[in-house]
Amino acid sequence: MTTIGAFETALRARRDSGGKILVPYITGGLGDDWIETLHAVAEAGADGIEIGIPFSDPVMDGPTIQEANDRSLSSGTTPQSILNAVRETDLQVPLAVMTYYNIAFRAGDVRFANALVDAGISAAILPDLPLEETTSWAAAADEAGVETILLAAPTAPDERLPLICERSRGFVYGVGLLGITGVRSSLARSAMDIATRLKAVTDKPVLVGVGVGTPDQAVEVSTVADGVVVGSAIVNRMLSGAGPEGVAELVAEFRSALDGRWPGHATRGRQ
Amino acid sequence: MSDGVKAVMGDPSEDGRFGQFGGRFVPETLVPACQDLEKAFRSAWGDQVFRDELSTLLADYAGRPSPVTECHRLGEELGYRVLLKREDLNHTGSHKINNVMGQALLAKRMGKTRLIAETGAGQHGVATATAAALFGMECIVFMGEVDIVRQELNVFRMNLLGAEVVPAMSGSRTLKDAVNEAMREWVAQVEDSYYCLGSAMGPHPYPWMVRTFHEVIGSEAREQCARILDGGVPDVVTACVGGGSNAIGIFSGFADTDAELVGVEPAGGAAVGRRVPGVVHGSKSYLMQDEVGQVLEAQSISAGLDYPGVGPEHAHLADIGRARYESVTDAEVVEGFQLLARTEGIIPALECAHALAWMSRERDELAGKTVLMNLSGRGDKDVAQMMEVLGR
Ligand SMILES: Cc1ncc(COP(=O)(O)O)c(C=O)c1O
Repeated sequence: MTTIGAFETALRARRDSGGKILVPYITGGLGDDWIETLHAVAEAGADGIEIGIPFSDPVMDGPTIQEANDRSLSSGTTPQSILNAVRETDLQVPLAVMTYYNIAFRAGDVRFANALVDAGISAAILPDLPLEETTSWAAAADEAGVETILLAAPTAPDERLPLICERSRGFVYGVGLLGITGVRSSLARSAMDIATRLKAVTDKPVLVGVGVGTPDQAVEVSTVADGVVVGSAIVNRMLSGAGPEGVAELVAEFRSALDGRWPGHATRGRQ
Repeated sequence: MSDGVKAVMGDPSEDGRFGQFGGRFVPETLVPACQDLEKAFRSAWGDQVFRDELSTLLADYAGRPSPVTECHRLGEELGYRVLLKREDLNHTGSHKINNVMGQALLAKRMGKTRLIAETGAGQHGVATATAAALFGMECIVFMGEVDIVRQELNVFRMNLLGAEVVPAMSGSRTLKDAVNEAMREWVAQVEDSYYCLGSAMGPHPYPWMVRTFHEVIGSEAREQCARILDGGVPDVVTACVGGGSNAIGIFSGFADTDAELVGVEPAGGAAVGRRVPGVVHGSKSYLMQDEVGQVLEAQSISAGLDYPGVGPEHAHLADIGRARYESVTDAEVVEGFQLLARTEGIIPALECAHALAWMSRERDELAGKTVLMNLSGRGDKDVAQMMEVLGR
């Protein structure tokens, strides 16, 4: 039996109280006020926050997050500058980083895992590190007490999903569609499918992300899933210069919708 | 594959490693696709019908075997014996067709109807567009915006062949970014599309599969050299290295001999030369990157070698000391390009002009030896660019 980390504990608390989980994604180092944005987002009802550490070659990301990455990197952001800023601030919600494996590999698995702990970060998502390649990283992360969140995609055959769920910590990240990050006009059917398939094989929190871009879509997929990760919709707000309040406003809309307080959604179930 | 090749350049381990390099570092969405591809490749390669069909295509359509040419005038100028493996004479003008014919046949066998490719110089894109036309498949090719300008002729060829060429607008807007876009497209279209990767890189099984399809270069050259050299082998076998497919193909024919294997990288894209390991585009290998792990942009006159990474098997061959890797500057490449044209009447692609540049610079070290060089492609595509460089 593995101990349950801070990220999973917070998510379970939300779920056990009958609520739906909301994890927004914020690009680290994007704008001078990104730390204020973290605070505003936490206050607006996030259960946990995913902080993106920009990487030069983000193959899982669409134009929105690519642009955010580029802007952040060209303003001088480094993995260490993000971790330093996070260490010096005090947030009431657990944090995860999302970055690509080369950032961890270059620092060294053990050093990177320890640096996360040192900054007060609970979990990590490395989208180019699938189950078979996690061994070295996961050993370092487990030892340091960092929760390694694994992705589960619609393409996975049935027998693969329990293996992913077994190794995942924090939550299980269901990939909502065949494709990269970005807002879509409607929720893909694959989002409901992956949520259903994951819920059938695990008791860990199941969140769906990639292609969940509106409160409506979040509510729809959360009729099955335990909640959502919202990335590009939030980052779009950051890129448009909405500032901490503007971003928090959007997060609050997601929160209200998931809590059933959003106009028109109070009694809405799965159609 | 001969037993000797197996000993030095064996099959990768079950987890896709050559020594400590390789692997399958891809988004979860692509893992089942890579597993299916590995299964399909193993089954196809074990099937004589598939191999016969591929051999027939390579012979009757692509024009194999390609000859080995002895270069008397160049040899005289350099002071040693020079043999060229003439991959420039293949249909579409480079070695890329060997791999593409293999992968396109495999795609067909897997029931895929659409080919995705990335391209730098455009030679792999042209080869893939050619295969798509031949097999009646759809084809989409990603190409960096910078390369679209410097390899304009190949863009037109791809269009003529019915392929859609999509500019990669991010990052350095060269080959690295074209690979990113191709991988994103693959993630989105994995169900009906086949990713026809153009070099001995990427996630397992690509580095191994691409090498296997290019082993024909090495095995032909081994026999041809034996005929020319009275049963002997060359002292040195050299090739340019971008992702490393043409080099790995010719090296495979000589890995079990005493021949020295020399890969030549551009100075501005010398991934092996810098010896820093990293993970990008699906595998662990040597990678040009900064101190925190951001991938650096390569700088090379040649679009086909303008890439910060290298295939994992080259990293392994360097690691165990079986091959060595040298680098040359753009200026030396321009000299090498002209040298072959002037002495032998052959205009080389700028990519393989890197190997010529090294051969020319190191003529004292090579004096009295026999050097086999893989002439991976012809230079027609580079003529417009060279007109500008040479100011004519
Ligand atoms: C003629 C030619 N040679 C070599 C290369 C480099 O690729 P590789 O290192 O895979 O052989 C290219 C790539 O575009 C090419 O067109």
